[in-house]
Amino acid sequence: MYIIIAGGGEIGYNLAKALIADKHEVLLIEKDINRYNLFNIELGEAIFHGNCCEMATLKSIGAGRADWLIAVTGLDQENLVICQLAKLLFMVPKTLAVVNDPKNEKLFESLGVDLVVNTTTLISVQISHQLNMGALIPLLSVQNMIIVQAEIDDSSPAANQKVKDLNLPPDTILIAAIRQEEAVLLKGDTAILPNDRIIAITLREKEEDLRKIL
Amino acid sequence: MMKAVILGCGRVGSLLASLLSESGWQVAVVDSNQESFAGLSDGFNGIQVNGRITDDDTLRLAGLESADVVVVLTSDDLSNLMAGQLALRRFGRQKVLVRVRDPIKAKAYRELGIQTICPTELELDLVRRELEVQPKR
Repeated sequence: MYIIIAGGGEIGYNLAKALIADKHEVLLIEKDINRYNLFNIELGEAIFHGNCCEMATLKSIGAGRADWLIAVTGLDQENLVICQLAKLLFMVPKTLAVVNDPKNEKLFESLGVDLVVNTTTLISVQISHQLNMGALIPLLSVQNMIIVQAEIDDSSPAANQKVKDLNLPPDTILIAAIRQEEAVLLKGDTAILPNDRIIAITLREKEEDLRKIL
Repeated sequence: MMKAVILGCGRVGSLLASLLSESGWQVAVVDSNQESFAGLSDGFNGIQVNGRITDDDTLRLAGLESADVVVVLTSDDLSNLMAGQLALRRFGRQKVLVRVRDPIKAKAYRELGIQTICPTELELDLVRRELEVQPKR
């Protein structure tokens, strides 16, 4: 796939490296000459000095054959216009814009951007999870379920109890315990020990109940 | 009484806001720079809102929900295009005029149904007429 990334900030630069490692054809566009020079040595032909809001840049980078255009500059209005121009003038099939102001998420979707990533909400959800949920760390969301990790210590209600004796919320399975760098599958008779890291799957709305038990 | 919201209080914005206000319109003018309101005339008796034109809380404060006309006139094409689309799509305004200096973007967004005003096109046209040269077809 040919993927154009507009904006050589931290997101753009790291995304470009990851996509190059995945063997995609990637072109990172940076308008600031100093940042361009900074990355030019490492990225070589995968970085271009230009401004994706300008027709001239979009033309010279061959936007017409791009499969994706990903706009990750620091300005929401810039990301919006880049995606719209790519669609309008170059028929780019898929566009993605990052928004910093959460209020813009719905707006950009309604204005034709295919995928909108709301970084502010993502980060604040992560932080509030870490703050409120104590030892429960979300690892992966699967539809209405969530896979979490819990640290067990001496004061945890589940410490030194067998799995079958725990009053687990419905639709919750304790999958494994990470114990001395090894994963141990949890069965009914397995005891949970202090210093275990428990991997569990549960319903999103039962996350709080699970946290109280562990 | 006709109600206008003007986004951007630069040279054109402040003159337009003053003119409409003195002609009996109800006017609100928005700019992120408080000092820009100094450009309004003594006869201006509308409201001034200090804030970003792409922020819908700011726009609501300026009464965009009940505006008959919205004119977007800052010097930043990208903010203007976003604010214009906010006014049209989120606030459902009918008459929205958006200044876009880049003729390519002005034309592209015109095709999307946004009424853009391109000062570059206008200047070019004035000079062209003065020189009696035919427009490019």
